[in-house]
Amino acid sequence: MEVLVCVKRVPAPGAKVPLTDDQTEIDTRYLGHTIGPHEECAVEEAVRIVKAHGGSATVLAVGPAAADEQLRYAIAMGADRGVLVDVGDAELDPEATAAAISHAVGDTRYDLVLFGTESADASHYQVGIRVASALGVPIVGGIKGLELDTAVDDGAVSLRREVADGVEVYRLPLPAAAAVKEGLNLPRYPSMPGRLKAKKARIDVVPYTPEPGGLRKVRLRQPNDDREEAIVLGHGADAAPAVVDVLTQIGVIA
Amino acid sequence: MILTVLDDSPAALDVLAFAQSLGQPVEAVTFGGGDPDDLAKRGVSTLHRITSDELADYAPAASGEALLRLIEQVRPDGVLAVSSDRVTEAMAHAATLARLPLATNCVEVTTGDPWLLTRVRGGGMLLEEAELTADVALLTIAQGVSGEIGAGPVASCEVREFTPELTATQARVVERTSRGSGMTLATAPVIVSGGRGVGSADGYAVLEELAKRLGGVVGCSRVATNNGWRPHSDQVGLTGTKVTPELYLACGISGATQHWVGCMDSKVIMAVNTDPEAPLVRRANYAVIGDVHEVLPAIVKEIDSRSKT
Ligand SMILES: Cc1cc2nc3c(=O)[nH]c(=O)nc-3n(C[C@H](O)[C@H](O)[C@H](O)COP(=O)(O)OP(=O)(O)OC[C@H]3O[C@@H](n4cnc5c(N)ncnc54)[C@H](O)[C@@H]3O)c2cc1C
Repeated sequence: MEVLVCVKRVPAPGAKVPLTDDQTEIDTRYLGHTIGPHEECAVEEAVRIVKAHGGSATVLAVGPAAADEQLRYAIAMGADRGVLVDVGDAELDPEATAAAISHAVGDTRYDLVLFGTESADASHYQVGIRVASALGVPIVGGIKGLELDTAVDDGAVSLRREVADGVEVYRLPLPAAAAVKEGLNLPRYPSMPGRLKAKKARIDVVPYTPEPGGLRKVRLRQPNDDREEAIVLGHGADAAPAVVDVLTQIGVIA
Repeated sequence: MILTVLDDSPAALDVLAFAQSLGQPVEAVTFGGGDPDDLAKRGVSTLHRITSDELADYAPAASGEALLRLIEQVRPDGVLAVSSDRVTEAMAHAATLARLPLATNCVEVTTGDPWLLTRVRGGGMLLEEAELTADVALLTIAQGVSGEIGAGPVASCEVREFTPELTATQARVVERTSRGSGMTLATAPVIVSGGRGVGSADGYAVLEELAKRLGGVVGCSRVATNNGWRPHSDQVGLTGTKVTPELYLACGISGATQHWVGCMDSKVIMAVNTDPEAPLVRRANYAVIGDVHEVLPAIVKEIDSRSKT
């Protein structure tokens, strides 16, 4: 089973989301970066699939050279190799991101391609769909359960997702793609041997000059936050009567 | 003309009003359903109803294909869709097949060349101003927008059935189960939510006790999920569930942006935290400074003693 997982390097801001002076990016000078949480589950799933069915798991990131850090994290979790599609620092629109991924995949055949349903920072909700279409494989998004069936001819995958009124399960012939959501599994923390392996792992760098798509980011801005300071009801257990007064007043206690 | 893609959620009517406020004639499309009498009252004279027996049993790719065939036929200047997961996915498939850009989660829209948009990123962490250049502008509209209905009522709304040929039929539904009637994070009027400050899986017992008394459910932060203290279905936030209860009681949760965007639209937010400087304490309506395991048992006790008298 050859599995490809596409991951994105995203900033991990704390309570505030600082912007650069020109207001076009999050100012990440004092922030860490991480793999998008949906994609972290995709990596975990790929590692489990390879353990159960053999084959190998490749992680791919479109981004700046620094996305090397996220690829090595995924390798430390158990992925076999990394591909970095180096497009420089600027954020790509979803059409360009999808074109970059499809370019890097080229003729390589993967049985299963995994994405996050949407990226944690830009939330475009479409890159996986565009890539799947370019590769000519079916895709379903919002996936929180995945089961491979290798007993049938070319193999098939069952994909489970939550919808407004329940659960739907799809069956797709392989090769196929899925856009997954956090909750699919509980991703492991990389082990010490995993980290050592990742340090030495080779990352293939694919240079790529993107063509911009039709959606152009102009600038970012903070949403209004016109909340007033909290009313402090008290300290410790002594606050309980004041709390229950408020709960009664807002109608959550009869 | 602007085509609005509607479903049967209340948010669909907001999207319709929002589209009408852009000052162009508006038509509607649904994947089955839609009430022509109601739409006539809202000034919509045409409802395209995509009907195909098979649609519901195929993946959103098929819905996207059907939608694109309709777009090619009625040639709108723009398509504004509700932002449910299912419709967003269908829009993304339509955009992909048509090789058109798609702007998701828009909250402000000005038509023109290019279209000027503001879209929501990171579940509400930031707003992005963007330009969309395309033959047909494809947009999904974030929840919570509103607009003034631009058109007065019309005498009637004509229903045009549309049944396209489908080729995107590789992914098929093989099983469907409906949800039980139990309360969920998304519907609960009260959520008692716990983070790292709760300290352990067992520590949630007192949150359960309080939630029971308030007719609510227990939620959690990502730290709790990652530690295996709570299932992911309890997680509130960017990659968990977005919640809008009457009361959100955040216990031992610091209030990182990724958590905040999941609870910020709650009616009342109350924080219990040992740190008076925690972001969630500052942004809440009410706060109690103290240890979860001292404050919560005292609240439970106070409720019980008052209900006895
Ligand atoms: C891309 C991305 C997506 C994310 N998505 C989500 C998401 O969906 N949901 C989410 O929650 N997080 C999400 N996170 C994680 C988020 O950034 C924070 O790490 C997380 O919300 C912190 O959880 P916490 O508040 O429980 O823990 P902490 O930040 O460690 O805060 C613990 C708080 O508990 C208080 N405390 C400690 N002991 C006690 C005590 N005994 N009594 C009372 N108070 C006490 C402390 O003062 C502190 O304020 C995401 C992160 C990233 C990068």
